[in-house]
Amino acid sequence: MARTLLVRGLIAGVLAGVLAFVFAKIFGEPQIDKAIAFEEMLAAAAGDPGEPEVVSRGVQSTLGLFTGTVVMGIALGSIYAIVFAWAYGRIGALGARATAALLALAAFLAITLVPSTKYPANPPTVGNPDTIDRRTLLFFAMIAISVLALLAAWRLWQQLAPRLGAWNGAIVAAIVFVAVIAVAELILPTVQETPRGFPADVLWHFRVASIGINATLWAALGLGFGALAERVLEPSAARRAAAPARA
Amino acid sequence: MSDTAVERGSARIPTPVVSPRELLPWAIAVSVLMLVLVYFVGSEEGALSLISGTSVHEFVHDARHLLGFPCH
Repeated sequence: MARTLLVRGLIAGVLAGVLAFVFAKIFGEPQIDKAIAFEEMLAAAAGDPGEPEVVSRGVQSTLGLFTGTVVMGIALGSIYAIVFAWAYGRIGALGARATAALLALAAFLAITLVPSTKYPANPPTVGNPDTIDRRTLLFFAMIAISVLALLAAWRLWQQLAPRLGAWNGAIVAAIVFVAVIAVAELILPTVQETPRGFPADVLWHFRVASIGINATLWAALGLGFGALAERVLEPSAARRAAAPARA
Repeated sequence: MSDTAVERGSARIPTPVVSPRELLPWAIAVSVLMLVLVYFVGSEEGALSLISGTSVHEFVHDARHLLGFPCH
């Protein structure tokens, strides 16, 4: 069954990567172009000839972007399928589709949304090449903290729910999660490397687009994998969904 | 394949389909694969560099920025 689910995770991952590419092409690329235009304006003002292009913009914004999002979809889809294989039947009375959707939502929260409140995505030009080591370390540290905090909050909820009830237990667990994240974000160093004069709306739209790309990826993974997994795990439920008229 | 959900009244309670023992080797192999793939999309020729030059970095440049990885 692990193999069966992994194959479906790969299929859903490719699909999610393709949809993320479409979203990125429409909403992300225009912001990258504006950021690069700003960079070139700065370079021209300083009399700098500019960096030679190793890979053309045309390739970067099409084949390169597509490769990046699909490879990311495959990577996340495969590990997500393995986590699902463990979670199915072990996290309460949830069917295949509900388990898949809940896991994808949790992953989006813990891997993208929460860490982005501290270290958001940055367009080209924003970010000092000399600090890439430190920024990469901080970025992955923030994701690790966020994932561990969400797992801890989940365990806490499981322990509190029988005593406080599901709702009250969830409120307490959510408060603990937010408190842990708040403390971590206050302690971790701030990265402030936006160059003077960089257009604020480009930065804003770029960051919203980045969150949208990740949301697209996780939504497609969660819903797509859920539908594929239901067909093997709960074939009778899948048949009912496919033929509602006869139900 | 049999239907793994157990009918209990109107509620269907799913039962686990994979034992931890069966899952462990898959989890290890897939984790390593994920780390390698995420590394190449997200960090090659950034904080670390396994392949000389900047062609991998430049090829996935836009995806790296848009997916939220630190870049440059």
